[in-house]
Amino acid sequence: MFALLRDRKVRGILFQLLTVIGLVAFLWYIGTNTVHNIEQRGIRTGFGFLTGTSGFAINDSPIAYNETYTYWRVFFVGLLNTIIISVIVIFLSSILGLIVGVLRLSNNWLVAKLSSAYIDIFRNIPILLQILFWYNVVLATLPSPRKSIEFFGSIFLNNRGIYVPKPDMNSTTIGVMVSVVFVFVFAFFLNKWANKKHEETGAEFPVLYTGLGLLVVVPIIAYFIFGANFNFSYPHLRGFNFTGGKTFYPEFLALTFALTIYTATFIAEAVRSGIEAVNKGQKEAAASIGLSGYQALKLVVLPQAIRIAIPPTINQYLNIVKNSSLATAIGYPELVTVFAGTTLNQVGQAIEIISMTMLVYLVISLAVSAILNWINFKMKIKER
Amino acid sequence: MKSKIAKISIAAIAALSLSASVASADTLSDTLSQGYLKCGINSGLPGFASADSQGHWSGIDISVCRAVAAAVLGDKTKVKFTSLNAKERFTALQSGEIDLLSRNTTWTETRDSSLGLNFAGVNFYDGQGFLVHKSLGVKNAKELDGAAVCVQSGTTTELNLADYFRKNGMKYKLVAYDSNDQVLKGFETGRCDVITSDSSQLYSLRIKLKNPAGSMVLPNIISKEPLGPVVRQGDDKWFNIVKWSYAAMVAAEEAGITSKNVDSMLKSNNPTVKRILGVEGKLGENLGIRKDFAYQIIKQVGNYGEVFERTVGMGSPLKIKRGLNALWTKGGLQYSPPFR
Repeated sequence: MFALLRDRKVRGILFQLLTVIGLVAFLWYIGTNTVHNIEQRGIRTGFGFLTGTSGFAINDSPIAYNETYTYWRVFFVGLLNTIIISVIVIFLSSILGLIVGVLRLSNNWLVAKLSSAYIDIFRNIPILLQILFWYNVVLATLPSPRKSIEFFGSIFLNNRGIYVPKPDMNSTTIGVMVSVVFVFVFAFFLNKWANKKHEETGAEFPVLYTGLGLLVVVPIIAYFIFGANFNFSYPHLRGFNFTGGKTFYPEFLALTFALTIYTATFIAEAVRSGIEAVNKGQKEAAASIGLSGYQALKLVVLPQAIRIAIPPTINQYLNIVKNSSLATAIGYPELVTVFAGTTLNQVGQAIEIISMTMLVYLVISLAVSAILNWINFKMKIKER
Repeated sequence: MKSKIAKISIAAIAALSLSASVASADTLSDTLSQGYLKCGINSGLPGFASADSQGHWSGIDISVCRAVAAAVLGDKTKVKFTSLNAKERFTALQSGEIDLLSRNTTWTETRDSSLGLNFAGVNFYDGQGFLVHKSLGVKNAKELDGAAVCVQSGTTTELNLADYFRKNGMKYKLVAYDSNDQVLKGFETGRCDVITSDSSQLYSLRIKLKNPAGSMVLPNIISKEPLGPVVRQGDDKWFNIVKWSYAAMVAAEEAGITSKNVDSMLKSNNPTVKRILGVEGKLGENLGIRKDFAYQIIKQVGNYGEVFERTVGMGSPLKIKRGLNALWTKGGLQYSPPFR
């Protein structure tokens, strides 16, 4: 027995086994203790509450919802709002971050200083404060609905949000939307083909201009093919508020602005670090073969810089998803606000609701990092 | 090596069994041994729970905490207050962070039956109303079709609001915040036309506005909101203590005992007064606390009527009338079970 313990390999396995057993026993104890205590205190358990009627309204829902729907539906409304805000902010902050990151390294003194001032200011103010600033200071000072700021008689801006005309979902609208998607898919393959041709023959094909041209022409053709019948629902003042059209609420706008402006600073820094990590010799080589500054950036520097910038950017995307839960401070109805907040308080089953919410964030975050790791893998320099 | 593992595992088992005993504690002896009452309150609602510049809490909900502290510990100041928002309150009570929740909480069937809670009485009979800007020109809640309504999320208020508009075939835009401060801000900046809440809260929110005269409470009351102190289910002894501490305040008003005359009342010949004050009988001892618990409450905190007038009634900025909260003998609903 003791001889066996002196064997380093056996001992290693033994201690690992003991640790695992200890851990499992501990978790099992916590689990049963919790269940026991909850039952003793007469608190309802299980997921049965999800099929109960919610009884409360939600102000901004991407899917059909009213107070007669179930808590299960509330969960999905919250989840969709979390996903929507995350996708929009990821998209906007990537563009803004890329632009600012490049501008910060500009040779123009003013542009470079402005960019770095922007980064230093917004990166160093807590995000919650920025959300509250946009919500309680900027958007709240807009005029009341009856004194809305008006654009072209059909777009209205006031302290209850931005109201824009919304096209009815008829065959023309759908046709045009499908055609836009089609153009993007086509442009993707066109780009692939052009790259291949460029590598084989050296001939350039203007993918960008062709794409932009198609983006204008194709939807117009689609518009006439599918009946030429755009029908907008326009916002108009009725009673206290505007009705009709599409509304972007202040909660949504404040969250989008704050998260985009905040996260873009970090992405800009990631881009800058990527660019600065590209060897100076690369830029000099690009210049020596006669590439312009823009060409050098686009063809030589950025493709290498982006590879370096991707891992820190992934972290920022994950932060966006998680930071979106700060919306609870201003009442944007994302998952934490309506499910881990309102629903939790109506139902009172903290353990079930909080674990569901945590699981959702875990799954979203793992999915985002899986996708971006895959992109990272694809863009890695292929060493041969 | 082996003995070391044995030691560790013994320590671990000891620690685990210790934590198991904490989970099934009895609240009275915990409170006595720690020397203070853990009470959950609203973070700021004038009349119900608000702190002055020195950090002293006062309000009708605070009085319940003070009364229980006076009854159990003999000193109304031995309370540790925990400010909670609407979302946090039940979890705080369930998990044992607080032992008494006195935070304008509506007694409903769901809360009583599925949250593991017990309501120990009703210290304020309330109903839900609406606060509007006068400039809106609205005189009745039925005219609110299409309005944007600010509400504190996760409350019964939010549910009643949905019911009321559905019942009357009206539409509204919900603006739900998780704190009353943000609700107030939303109303002041014009994010919403209306605040809906328990009408007592509307009065206290109104005096927090920059221009209270520019707003008014509509006459409509759309729900029943019995607000009361809450304890955890499963500790009947503690439940009884809280229930009777509150009842003592009402019984004192019924019997005409006030904080001013309580000492002279000790010599009263009235058997009811004698029993309430613990001069006769063993009512306090039956509860497991001091014999003179009601005396301590009345002496230190006051009877229900005194507390009401001081915190939310005519002696306060809120100036709420007794209404439903008058004694049953005066057309109200406040009624104490007999002290005998």
